[in-house]
Amino acid sequence: MSLLEIQALGISFGGVRAVHDVNFSVEPGEIVSIIGPNGAGKTTLFNMISGVYRPETGRVVLSGETVTGMEPFRLAKRGMSRTFQNLQIFQNMTVLENAITGFHLQERGPVLADLFNLPGSRRRARLAEAGARALLARVGLERAADRDAGSLSYGSLKRLEIARALAMQPKVLLLDEPAAGCNAVETDEIDHLIAEVAASGVAILLVEHDMKMVMRISNHIVVLDHGEKIAEGAPAEVSRNPEVIAAYLGTEAENADG
Amino acid sequence: MSELLQFVFSGITVGAVYALVALGFTIIFNASGVVNFAQGEFVMLGGMITVFAHAAGLPLPLAALIAIVVTAAVGVALNRLAIEPARGAPVVSLIIITIGASIFIRGASQLIFDKQIHSFPAFSGDDPIHVLGATILMQSLWVIGGALAVFAGLWLFFTKTLLGRAVLATSNNRMAAQLVGINTKFVMTLSFALSAAIGAFGGVLVTPITLTAYDVGLALALKGFAAAMLGGMGNPKGALVGGLLLGLLEALTAGYLSSQYKDAAAFVIILAVLFFMPQGLFGRKSTDRV
Repeated sequence: MSLLEIQALGISFGGVRAVHDVNFSVEPGEIVSIIGPNGAGKTTLFNMISGVYRPETGRVVLSGETVTGMEPFRLAKRGMSRTFQNLQIFQNMTVLENAITGFHLQERGPVLADLFNLPGSRRRARLAEAGARALLARVGLERAADRDAGSLSYGSLKRLEIARALAMQPKVLLLDEPAAGCNAVETDEIDHLIAEVAASGVAILLVEHDMKMVMRISNHIVVLDHGEKIAEGAPAEVSRNPEVIAAYLGTEAENADG
Repeated sequence: MSELLQFVFSGITVGAVYALVALGFTIIFNASGVVNFAQGEFVMLGGMITVFAHAAGLPLPLAALIAIVVTAAVGVALNRLAIEPARGAPVVSLIIITIGASIFIRGASQLIFDKQIHSFPAFSGDDPIHVLGATILMQSLWVIGGALAVFAGLWLFFTKTLLGRAVLATSNNRMAAQLVGINTKFVMTLSFALSAAIGAFGGVLVTPITLTAYDVGLALALKGFAAAMLGGMGNPKGALVGGLLLGLLEALTAGYLSSQYKDAAAFVIILAVLFFMPQGLFGRKSTDRV
């Protein structure tokens, strides 16, 4: 049994099949990338897996339990965490506060203990803050901790979102274009961060346009075109697949190979 | 001097009622960005249900408790039946839904209760207290104390408890809140229950002074809304200060100018404040990155 199994997942919008009959699975510690041309259904697939959309067909199985269409907060409790291409950040909070929200489930205690500021409540708050600071250091944002999240650059916010997702100690982490809007140095850092997280046993599902990054760090690639899976396999295999080249990779494949 | 003090007393009493309505606005606004114009009906329900439960022979405290619980249930029903099915609609549509709900609740109350004006005995007798030549009712002290207690409770809830901060997180970004494991549906249910309960509590406190009827809600909602805007929508401190200020403004205008101008004077000053401070006295500027 795989950690995450996607079985015959499909959805259509207004009669248009956005995603149709997609199957694949993800093992612990594995980095699986979903690639495909714009409009291939990558983000739609992500939204179905993470409970933002309810799929019309198929199932999502997490640790042997069917979680199809389950709301994101329930998936969070079951160990699935994600980031968004267009960011979902608490703009009114500081960077540190944003990271602390990632500890919400671990910080939870009796409301009355919070109200009377009991030692247990203070201890949980301290642990959350220490954890959040450690994670900010890990993504290179420790110096921005007290700034308003709204004042950060797009690339920094991407890393903040990853830090918040990691705070939840997920079993599966879905990253939607984590390197978009980042410069070469930042991309490199994110690259290392993802590899490190995967090495610690977290399964990573990645949508990314930076082909070099995808080819370099993925264990496994799923290729979508017009909402259907047209190929799947190791990076080298996929980049040699004629159908993939025709649909999407074109000459970039050779570049990535070399 | 005693005249001024008298106006201040009555202003603070009325202001405390506005503050309670404004605090109710604050919670739902914080959770959902929606200004709930049915908030005044919660105050009406609190008073009316207490009246009828008391008339049916229940002791006053029990009648009041029932009124608060039933009104909280009405608040939850409003969320479940009217707001939640329209989720994803623009906030303006949701606000219009609450206006519709307020008309519905008023109409239903007219049928279920009646069209008469009602009251019940003050909690601690009707004898006024004399202070420096002015008088204040014991019931006024109940209203003021009630508003302060609700404010303190809410302030602690939103700043000290994880649940309270989860409500704020939900209002800031619902999807992000879901991502970190916050049950945003529960947050909404809780917010409506809490808002309705606070409104009903206000109704229970104020009815012995102002009396109640099925149609008192609308005026209260408008005044509470004005108070919340004046203080800064979404901020409990703003709701309290805005409510008290509005009450004082009205009482002083009524006392020194004419009671006919009291609404006008209050709204002119609110407009002036909002002209220079669009976020209200305690509002926080918000920006969105697109």
